[in-house]
Amino acid sequence: MAARLEQLLQGKPVFVNAGVRGFGDSLREAGYEVVYLDWSPPAGGDARMAEILDDLL
Amino acid sequence: MVRTTVILKNRYFDSVFLMQVAQRIKAQQGISDASALLATPANRQILAAMGYAGLDGAGPGDLALALEGEPAAVAAVAAGPEAWLSRGPAAPGAPREPRSFAEAVAARPDCGVAVISVPGAHAAREARAALEAGLNVFLFSSNVAVEEERALKLEARERGLIVMGPDCGTAFLGGAGIGFANTVRRGPIGLVGSTGTGMQEFSSLVHQAGSGISNGIGTGGRDLADAVGGISTMAGIEALENDPGTKVIAVLAKPPEPAATARLLERLGRCPKPVVLCLLGADIPGAAATIDDAVGLALTAAGLPAPAGGAVDLRERAAAMAAELRPEQRHLRGLFAGGTLCYQAQAIFRKAGLAAHSNAPLRGMTALADPMASRETSFIDLGAELFVEGRPHPMIDATLRRQRLEQEGRDPSVAVVLLDFILGAMASADPVGDLLGAIASVQGARRRMGGRLWLVASVTGTDLDAQGLQAQTRALAEAGVLVLQSGARAAALCRELMLLTARKEVG
Repeated sequence: MAARLEQLLQGKPVFVNAGVRGFGDSLREAGYEVVYLDWSPPAGGDARMAEILDDLL
Repeated sequence: MVRTTVILKNRYFDSVFLMQVAQRIKAQQGISDASALLATPANRQILAAMGYAGLDGAGPGDLALALEGEPAAVAAVAAGPEAWLSRGPAAPGAPREPRSFAEAVAARPDCGVAVISVPGAHAAREARAALEAGLNVFLFSSNVAVEEERALKLEARERGLIVMGPDCGTAFLGGAGIGFANTVRRGPIGLVGSTGTGMQEFSSLVHQAGSGISNGIGTGGRDLADAVGGISTMAGIEALENDPGTKVIAVLAKPPEPAATARLLERLGRCPKPVVLCLLGADIPGAAATIDDAVGLALTAAGLPAPAGGAVDLRERAAAMAAELRPEQRHLRGLFAGGTLCYQAQAIFRKAGLAAHSNAPLRGMTALADPMASRETSFIDLGAELFVEGRPHPMIDATLRRQRLEQEGRDPSVAVVLLDFILGAMASADPVGDLLGAIASVQGARRRMGGRLWLVASVTGTDLDAQGLQAQTRALAEAGVLVLQSGARAAALCRELMLLTARKEVG
């Protein structure tokens, strides 16, 4: 199991960053590729509303 | 001088970006103070205490910009807050950033790890989306329910993936340090850890001893709790067993419940590679009780010499320190940015029979009724939830620790202040410089009272970190701070001093 994790340990991982951009920036500065998500709270920050939308979609 | 508060409804920005916004505004002519914070209940309280009004009705989804300074300068910023919140235009021709993990993976199928630091209320949802897109997850966010954590980890296991976190600060994957990580060389020692600062301290000490880290799997603080069942710890151990670059496996955790400890010991007993178990503060035969001990055992298992460090020289140093104290100086205040180092220091005190208070007490220590007010000897974890809600961690933003140091250092009963400084990615560009003003100020205050206030510190980091281990250590030494090689050694020096002051009191 965890085949994909084991591949990561031996290769050079590519990252997707969601939230604080600094996490992605540090990885990028260290020479790793990072894809940034344009993330903002769903449903204007209302977690309960986001859950309701998730259930509907 | 005027104070103004501007509320922007429904505006989310991450707390690190907001700290930078506040710093840029503060640098303006005529502005004496500025804060940019999400209007969480804790932040509203802090701003109100600083004398800002107009926060009623603002909520955690809203942004509060608090400004103090000359009327014209404050009015100019307040009239156009958006200009300060712009991240700058995207490079011409730059592709639009994806809005979801699925979109990111569709564009870049070689993506392997999602690094998630969104607010806790949204964290589980995003982690699930990342797993569904086939990504391993590094989940820095906290405030995820334990049932959610277990469900996410089970889902990951089904898919052959791992969830590191929630509340995971540090990992090393394929040579990349993720989150709060120090720059360390690669080497034969693999690490599975439930504590971020513990992993930073361990990896930095391994590097300083001339060796290195193959990979480091973070698990989040609750992984070994019965409610989660150690799913990520077990996945991490298995991955390191199969990793040809890993010769020795070290597992670093706060002591879990007895059943989980037994499960872990049983699992490690079946490991074909040499294993080092460090359960901080636990008394388990064969297990390391401090990070220093774990580093020594791991180096030995890898066939390398372990660093030396005796207790005798600490006793002599403590005796010389005690000679400069006034009789009323009997207590220690530990002000920690790293929660694990706070925990380890308490374990070192407890083993010597020394009592203490803490906002994050180890079993046997007393919980502080008010985390804002220390009593007698107290260990304060300034990274605790209460202090970081809606504001950056003390490793990034030293404001709260600076204020607390000014407060503790002026208490006439204090003999010594114990500090930790954590270097590396994500941390402040100058963690020591952030506190030098407060250090000089409390040293001066004590001199005026008579006696001497001792400051003892450890610096977690390496010569490869941007802040520079040597430069940071030198700056502390020049300020009259005693710097020890590790958090455990710094706590041990304080232990020796407190044993002497306790004896003085009895005698």
